[in-house]
Amino acid sequence: MLKIDNLHAQVDGKDILKGLSLEVKAGEVHAIMGPNGSGKSTLGHVLAGRPGYTASAGTVSFMGQDVLQLETEERAHLGIFLAFQYPVEIPGVSNMEFLKASVDAMREHRSLEPLDTVSFMKQAREASKAVDLDPAFLKRGVNEGFSGGEKKRNELMQMMLLEPTLGILDETDSGLDIDALQVVANGVNAMRSPERSFILVTHYQRLLDYIEPDFVHVLSDGRIVKSGDKSLALELEEKGYGWIEDEVA
Amino acid sequence: MSQEHIDQAIEREYAAGFVTDIESDTLPPGLNEDVIRFISAKKEEPEWLLEWRLEAFRVWSEMTEPEWAHVEYPRVYFDQISYYSQPKSMEDRPQSLDEVDPELIATYEKLGIPLHEQAVLAGVAVDVVFDSVSVTTTFREKLADAGVLFCSISEAVKEYPDLVRKYLGSVVPRKDNFYAALNSAVFSDGSFVYIPKGVRCPMELSTYFRINEANTGQFERTLIIADEASHVSYLEGCTAPMRDENQLHAAVVELVCLDDAEIKYSTVQNWYPGDAEGKGGIYNFVTKRGLAHRNAKISWTQVETGSAVTWKYPSCILRGDNSVGEFYSVALTNNMQQADTGTKMIHLGKNTSSTIISKGISAGKSSNAYRGLVRMSPKAAGARNYTQCDSLLIGDKCAAHTFPYIESRNPSAVIEHEATTSKVSDDQLYLCQQRGMDAEKAVSMIVNGFCKEVFKELPMEFAVEAGKLLEVSLEGSVG
Repeated sequence: MLKIDNLHAQVDGKDILKGLSLEVKAGEVHAIMGPNGSGKSTLGHVLAGRPGYTASAGTVSFMGQDVLQLETEERAHLGIFLAFQYPVEIPGVSNMEFLKASVDAMREHRSLEPLDTVSFMKQAREASKAVDLDPAFLKRGVNEGFSGGEKKRNELMQMMLLEPTLGILDETDSGLDIDALQVVANGVNAMRSPERSFILVTHYQRLLDYIEPDFVHVLSDGRIVKSGDKSLALELEEKGYGWIEDEVA
Repeated sequence: MSQEHIDQAIEREYAAGFVTDIESDTLPPGLNEDVIRFISAKKEEPEWLLEWRLEAFRVWSEMTEPEWAHVEYPRVYFDQISYYSQPKSMEDRPQSLDEVDPELIATYEKLGIPLHEQAVLAGVAVDVVFDSVSVTTTFREKLADAGVLFCSISEAVKEYPDLVRKYLGSVVPRKDNFYAALNSAVFSDGSFVYIPKGVRCPMELSTYFRINEANTGQFERTLIIADEASHVSYLEGCTAPMRDENQLHAAVVELVCLDDAEIKYSTVQNWYPGDAEGKGGIYNFVTKRGLAHRNAKISWTQVETGSAVTWKYPSCILRGDNSVGEFYSVALTNNMQQADTGTKMIHLGKNTSSTIISKGISAGKSSNAYRGLVRMSPKAAGARNYTQCDSLLIGDKCAAHTFPYIESRNPSAVIEHEATTSKVSDDQLYLCQQRGMDAEKAVSMIVNGFCKEVFKELPMEFAVEAGKLLEVSLEGSVG
């Protein structure tokens, strides 16, 4: 499904990814861990096509397409979804309008008619309940005055409505209390399927207690330096990142 | 169609001036007293109106063009403008939509305007008179039943001279400003509305229903009188870009709102803004003002997206105690457009209150200025004003300015002013695009959200169109 080969990327002229390779097959859940500044979030943004995040070498193919040649929205149409670490506010645009515009844009790409308002509202309300967000949030401006946890749950709600093929969660767990973490984990677990994959970018092993990954990768200085199964996360929790970096050095 | 309808249609044609002697009906450029006499004679006006125009002309001759607005444009040579021309005859107009600028048609299509309306808007020689007679007739009958007078100002001069004479120039005096004086001297035509005491106008009045609207020319004059305890909602303009050959537009709108009455005046202005370099756009220098008596309420709502240069300050004089003034505005400039727009709230009576919500959006290389005056006179005890003035920038080559003037001469008056400037951020666009929207859709959604407080004041149908209009006006502003 996703194949990243020897990816180099720059942000503001600075090398951040320095030869990253990773393959994600359909239905798999991969966790990306690593110390601050190792390039975890950059990876998500390079895949999603954030302006200013440029790949200087290497290839990324997703569903057989050369992702790096595509516009941001075209990648979204292909089914790449990024749950943001710091979701931005859009004052005056209601969450409902924003979601409907997103869903309709995706449908348009699949040559489907826009969803009628009644069925859309029904879906949106269900999704908001699933992430334990009061449906009143649908009427508020996008992320406007939301708490950190509410923003993260809002991201998850968007993912549920857009039903991506690949969900990238960029530190969705950071800043969440244990109840909210459980809500996020339940949401992701409910969406797991043989056709859908996830990349979980996280600092903490804690999230992986709730969402069981198939693979755990450690990112250091722009490259994956160690891969393993979920036991690797436990080992990291215990020993920190130092020992891996020593091993690599 | 009955014989009666046909007769009416023919009459209307005459009223709109299609069948007069066309050859001699365009004056050479330049303005002097003879020109004004000619205009007045052409319109078969009474002596008092001719005198009124001449006095305006004398005042205007002594005035100089205002230069304080934050706009720049080439000098207007007033002696090179022709101040009277008949509307084009059917033969002179485009004979079908095929003869009309395809870009204009493309815009109409984006706005979802039906074919026959496109033709009317583009000035195609279609038989609209016969088509609309029945609609207009039912419309007129319904208004007549309520006692509402709604006609062109030329007709009103003939049919209701006392009302016109009493109120014309009573809110915007001839010497008010350069363009108002010019308009008073040479005004071509416009709308006249009178709502009798205690009557709630049974429908929203729209210039759209007035067939001769397309020919009112560059010096439009509108007079609306709401008698005691009456109510009227008036819609001006159209979301479709109107074709017009006159570059200078200097209109005057006067609202007279007597005790306990209410006037809601909504405008969508989309005159040709010129090409991407700003060539050929309309200069729109408008004076709009309402006078509110005791307990009266005047509400201006405007969506301004057109014209190369806009100079416009719909204002309220809150003379009566407890009167209310409102101003809701969205002004969008793109490419090389310039707008200097805002309002004046003049509080004279006790416990008068006013609200100003202004949303300025600048894109391209445009410049957008809000200019507003809130004045509390010594007698305006307990008066209140709330002003909110927000600017949104798209890209990094445009400009937004705010010039608020606040004068309070009564210690019990309360004035609040809030202002913000924001940018459509790259992060907002990125979020929208990551969720599948293209950049243009994203910008238009963000801008619509920014304007929401104003759009909700527009009549329902207008509000939907206004949203679409912003989308079309913003085309090419990103990417």
